[in-house]
Amino acid sequence: MLAAIFKRLLRMVVVMFGISVITFLIFFATPSSDPAARIAGRNAAQETIEAVRKDFGLDRPLYVQYGLMMQRLFISQDLTSFANRGQKIVPTVMAAAPATLSLVAGAAVLWMLGGVVAGITAAAFRGRWPDKILMGISMMAVAMPVFWVGEMVNLVTQNRLHDTWAFSWVPALGYTPFSEDPGLWFRSMVFPWLTLAFLYIGLYGRMLRTGIIETYQEDYIRTARAKGLTGRKVLLKHATRSAIIPIVIMFGMDFGVLVGGAAVLTEVVFGINGVGRLTYQALKVLDLPMILATVLYASFFVVVANAVVDLLCLLIDPRMRRA
Amino acid sequence: MKDLQAVETTTAPILSIRDLSVSFLGARNSWNRVIEGLSFDVNPGETVALVGESGSGKSVTSLSVMGLLDPTTSRLEGSIRLAGHDVLNLDEAGMIRHIRGQAAAMIFQEPMTSLHPIYRVGDQIIEALTSHRAMPKAEARAQAIALLERVRIPNAARRMEDYPHAFSGGMRQRVMIAMALASRPKLLIADEPTTALDVTVQGEILDLLKDLQAEYGMAMLFITHDMGVVAEMADRTVVMLRGRWVEQGPTAEIFARPSQPYTKALLASVPVLGSMKGEAAPLRFPLVDMQTGEARPPAPLQSSPDLSAPILDVRHLVTRFDVHGGLFNRRVARVHAVENVSFSIFPGETLSLVGESGCGKSTTGRSIIRLNNRSTGSVIMSGDEVFALRPEAMRQKRREIQMIPQDPLASMNPRMTVGDALVEPFLEHRMGREAEARDKATRLIEQVGLERAMLDRYPHEFSGGQRQRVCIARALMLDPKLIIADESVSALDVSVKAQVVNLLMDIQDRFGIAFLFISHDIAVVERVSHRIAVMYMGEIVEIGPRAEIMERPRHAYTRQLIGAVTVPDPARRHLRRNQQINELKTPIRPLDFTPPVRRYEQVAPGHLVMVEN
Repeated sequence: MLAAIFKRLLRMVVVMFGISVITFLIFFATPSSDPAARIAGRNAAQETIEAVRKDFGLDRPLYVQYGLMMQRLFISQDLTSFANRGQKIVPTVMAAAPATLSLVAGAAVLWMLGGVVAGITAAAFRGRWPDKILMGISMMAVAMPVFWVGEMVNLVTQNRLHDTWAFSWVPALGYTPFSEDPGLWFRSMVFPWLTLAFLYIGLYGRMLRTGIIETYQEDYIRTARAKGLTGRKVLLKHATRSAIIPIVIMFGMDFGVLVGGAAVLTEVVFGINGVGRLTYQALKVLDLPMILATVLYASFFVVVANAVVDLLCLLIDPRMRRA
Repeated sequence: MKDLQAVETTTAPILSIRDLSVSFLGARNSWNRVIEGLSFDVNPGETVALVGESGSGKSVTSLSVMGLLDPTTSRLEGSIRLAGHDVLNLDEAGMIRHIRGQAAAMIFQEPMTSLHPIYRVGDQIIEALTSHRAMPKAEARAQAIALLERVRIPNAARRMEDYPHAFSGGMRQRVMIAMALASRPKLLIADEPTTALDVTVQGEILDLLKDLQAEYGMAMLFITHDMGVVAEMADRTVVMLRGRWVEQGPTAEIFARPSQPYTKALLASVPVLGSMKGEAAPLRFPLVDMQTGEARPPAPLQSSPDLSAPILDVRHLVTRFDVHGGLFNRRVARVHAVENVSFSIFPGETLSLVGESGCGKSTTGRSIIRLNNRSTGSVIMSGDEVFALRPEAMRQKRREIQMIPQDPLASMNPRMTVGDALVEPFLEHRMGREAEARDKATRLIEQVGLERAMLDRYPHEFSGGQRQRVCIARALMLDPKLIIADESVSALDVSVKAQVVNLLMDIQDRFGIAFLFISHDIAVVERVSHRIAVMYMGEIVEIGPRAEIMERPRHAYTRQLIGAVTVPDPARRHLRRNQQINELKTPIRPLDFTPPVRRYEQVAPGHLVMVEN
């Protein structure tokens, strides 16, 4: 187990190093994008550009620049933005992270619960009405764009029905840190959670349903039934535990990617200043330090989530413990 | 109380099936009848065998008794009475309360997949114990250990904590049996329980079932296609054909005086070990008319091997696979899959490699055509050193060596017509133009006993035997000099198996092709081989002319292997082999293992036996 954890840590470092190098190189290799010219602003004088170049160390060899940037990002943590001079990168990302984490973690709880319940229910009633209804809803959930659903939710809860008893408790858009006001934090996150989870409940429910139905073809399910186990036990203990493994693997991927910034659409719609939004804004102005920081941050979560999932799978399925 | 029950039950059958019909929902909402008018009884303590070929409805019968067919896609009529319950009128809850894991328990064909892979073996047995009867944890555990001991699993208490993947096939089947015994069933249904097992393991399991039946006094419904197993296990036999019963009665009587043509045909087409006594050359199977059940003596083989120079000469072949593990995936051990194997095959000759699963016989076949690049030694195929060939030359060489697979369906592209599949290798090797390829395909498809119109069909439209014929035709497209037949007939029904084996011999007769025949089925091997090599744990322990090996086996393992084969002779009903129980036999060795130097002793011309150190 320790060896497995160590192996994954090592792999994580290698992956993150690779990603940082690629991001860095892409930035400098982008055609006709002189970083100094961009930092200096539009129509800057040649002298200004030269001054900026010297100032930011852009006249030094690439590997030195890379090393310097990594040093300032991880060790001295005083790397500043190219776009908004004076804005420190690390504190900015750290400030945005809790918002994204709150959003994704809350939604993840909802979508895992919802997806598992929907999947098991649909599989139990395969081919009958509960199955058809659930699968219809989940198809809609997958098909509807998140930003559209979010805007519709806002339209109803913030505007049309906001003054009725049903939605008067919904606070205005935006994020309130948990440490400031837990109640307000919770109330402001309810609809972002539901919106983000909706899509994933649809995806996970469908996947789990298919997985369980396939598992029912397995010989060991026949054995369990021949033993005289009740239908409920066969479904929950024997079929679902096998079928849940791909779901857990998917979950790791999705969770990591979303925490890393892929929840940007939900963040924008609900006015949450999270990592996704930060990344998006940095990309718009090609702000290399910020892009590097957010991309590394994202890859960190993807790799960590994957490692956690791998370990979870080891717990669920003893066959994976070999080798 | 117990005695009273016994008295009660001896008067009436445990299982009584009357006029059972089963239909399945097919395409376009039509009901297809798969069982019609089936009636038979199983008395307490008795073993009844249901025999028939695939599609005869024997497994469906057993699933009907257990109520395991999907009620939405199947329809059952008639009556099944099991231990006083009217099975067809019980609902799901009633089936759980009275039948499944209660009056009846079941074991299945595939021990490798029939246990849940992610639960401990002990927990699965405990689950069977506690699902019907509440009991304290400690007692359930003690009972589970007792059950594992009953089925003769060594170190039962420790093995409770293992997962199924740590058990061999035979051991898993023992676990299945232990689980079935948990409820002390009155009827044990065994659905092809030994078909997927090696012969020696099959012998162990059959022995065990006989012992347990006596211990527990339970009745058995034994489903099998293997007449040898029937003869050894069953008091009475029910022969089934396409969903109907053809003949039933005491096993000895059915074997001695089969009254129905189908029974006669079935019995006549079973390969019988020892039927080749005194024959020097391979012999085709007798041709059995499935309508009349009459057997005609086979035509002898015309050709004989050309012993001037071998077509294939394998010297000191070694194939080892690394086992990785631990930190940084280092090598931790090695599987010595094939260890210092030497043999040669002459044109027109059939050499059989026999042995049990994991003995390295298939790996040997694959190593020869370099399907793995882990081999050392020397393989000389028609004058060229195969291991030294460059890729393009190797591609050409593969033309001379063709393979016939075990699972023909899996080896064919489902989206290609059979004709296209035949033509493809011919064109790929630039052996001629498209028209020539089509001509050749047409000629070959007729030579393997199919019709030319079948070239336009897709693989799923063929039966198992027909597909194997297609695979044979595909191999012949490239004019091979050697065909490696790896368990090519193992999955076929007896009647079809005999025909396909005969076809292989026809081909050898006609084209003078050499065969490397890899099989675990010793009765078939006895028919087809000129020479036999017996493999055990990656090594050849004995090699020699067929008659020598079969009639005068020298090595202990060869004797054990031949002795374990079931023979369709009801006189063996009470046979006990009393073999020792074999645990996992895999040649996994530490990295610094040096294989012992083996010596072979020549006991007769061409008959070599490994000398035990």
